[in-house]
Amino acid sequence: MKIVFKKQVLALCLVLIVTCKMAIAQDVDLFKSLDEQDKKDKQNQTDYTTAIFKTTRLINGQSIENVGAGILDVKISHRFGTINQGAYGLWGLDAASMRMGVDYGINSKLMVGVGRTNGGLFDGFAKYKLLRQSTGKVNMPVSVSISGSGIWRTQKDNTLNNYTDRFNYSGQVLIARKFNDFISLQLAPTIVHYNSVPTSSTPNDYYSLGMGGRLRITKRVNLTTEYYYRFTKVAGYVNSFSVGVDIETGGHVFQFHFTNSTGMNDRTFINETSDKWSTAGVHFGFNIARVFVIKKPKEIKI
Amino acid sequence: MKKVILIAGFSAMFSLGAMSQKVYATKTGQVSFDATGTCAEAIKGSNNQVDSKFVDKNGQIIFSVLIKGFKFANALMEDHFNENYMESTKFPKADFKGFITNIAAVNFAKDGTYEVSAKGTLTIDGKGKEMTVPGTVTIENGKPTIKASFNIPLNDFIHGSYIGTQINANAKTTVVCKYE
Repeated sequence: MKIVFKKQVLALCLVLIVTCKMAIAQDVDLFKSLDEQDKKDKQNQTDYTTAIFKTTRLINGQSIENVGAGILDVKISHRFGTINQGAYGLWGLDAASMRMGVDYGINSKLMVGVGRTNGGLFDGFAKYKLLRQSTGKVNMPVSVSISGSGIWRTQKDNTLNNYTDRFNYSGQVLIARKFNDFISLQLAPTIVHYNSVPTSSTPNDYYSLGMGGRLRITKRVNLTTEYYYRFTKVAGYVNSFSVGVDIETGGHVFQFHFTNSTGMNDRTFINETSDKWSTAGVHFGFNIARVFVIKKPKEIKI
Repeated sequence: MKKVILIAGFSAMFSLGAMSQKVYATKTGQVSFDATGTCAEAIKGSNNQVDSKFVDKNGQIIFSVLIKGFKFANALMEDHFNENYMESTKFPKADFKGFITNIAAVNFAKDGTYEVSAKGTLTIDGKGKEMTVPGTVTIENGKPTIKASFNIPLNDFIHGSYIGTQINANAKTTVVCKYE
C-alpha cells in the first residue's frame, strides 16, 4: 500500500515537472522567436517579384508590366525621320510620326489602352496577367501575360471591298523573368492577322518572336533593347531592332531610343519596318508617360 | 517521502511562477507614415498587418512588418518605395526589438491609459539603429492597446538612394496595435 502511494506521488511529481518545463518553454525570448518566424515566413510566404520592367512598353512593343489598378497612364510617343538624312534634314528631326494614347488599369491583373497614330490609325489593346514570378511558398520562375490588340485604319482608301478590310489584329504571349535587380529578359511569341492583303499569295497571318531585356544602370536609369524576329517574311521588310534608355522620375517615365521602326502598334512595327540599321536608317524616338490616380484604393484609417 | 513532496512542491511553485507571465500578441496591428516633402503629391503609406508581441512581465516587445504590405494611393509610388528606397526583395521586413522600460507603470488589471517608453533597435532596409520611442498602453477590459507616434530619420536607414527635399527625411510614423 505504502509503495503504491509513493509511486503515485512520484507520478504527480513527474507531471508537475513536465508542466513546469512547459511553462518555462512558454517563457519565450521574443527576439529569438521573431528571428525564427522570419526564417519560416521566407518559406511559407510568397514573395512576388515586382518591377520586372520600368513601364508597360519595352520600347515599341508591350512589356510584361501593367499599370496599377485605377491608374490612368497618358503616353505620348514620337518617332522622328532617319538619322542618315544628315544635317539637311536635321538628322530626321524634321519629320515625326506620333502616337497619343491612354492606358488604364481595370484591376491589378487587367489593363486596357487606346491610341491614335497620325495617318488615322487607331489601336486598342488589352493585357492580362496570367502568372507572376515569385519565390517562397509558390516558386514561379517566370511571369506570363497575354495581350491582344486591334488596329483600325480610317484612312480614305477606294481599293477596299469591305469595311472589315480596315482591321488588323495581333495576339501575344509575354514571358518574362527578372534574373536579379539588374537584368530582366522577355520573350514574346506574336501573331499578327491582316483581314485584307494586296494579293492572294500574300499570307494573312504573320508569326514572329520578340526578344527584349533591360539592364539597370542606376536605380532610375535602365538600358533596354528589343528585337522581333519574323518567321513569316515579306520582301522589302526587315526585322525591328531597337535600343533605348528608360529614365524614371516621380510620376514620369521617359524612354529615349534608336530604332529602325516608325510604327507604334504591333502590326506596323513588327511587320512593316523597312529601314535598315546597316544604312543608318535609324530613327530617334521617345515615349513619355505620366500617370494619374483615378481611383484611389481604400485608405487604411488609423 | 518528504523529499519527494518537497520536489513536487518546488516544481509546482516554478510552474505557477512561470504561468503568471503573459505574452500579448497581434497580427493585425497598423502602421502608417507620412513623408510628404515639397512634392505636390502626398507621400503616405500604411500597412495593417503589423505582427507584434510583448511580455507583460519584463516589457520585452517586438514589431515586425512586411515592406511589400505597405499600400499607397498611387501604385507607381508603391513600386518606387519597394524598388528604389526599401530594397524590399533583399530586406523583406522592418522590425523593432526592444523593451518597454517602465512596464511596471502599467496595471494590467485596471482600465486606463499609461504613458510608457520603449527602447530598442529599429531595423529598416537592413540597417539597425538604437531608438527610444514614447507611447501609451491603454487597458480596456483587460486587453492592451499600444499607440505610438514618432519620427523616423530616413537618412539613417535608407541607403543607396538619395532623399531630396521632395521627401520629408523625417517620416512621421504612427503605430496602433490592439493585442489579444
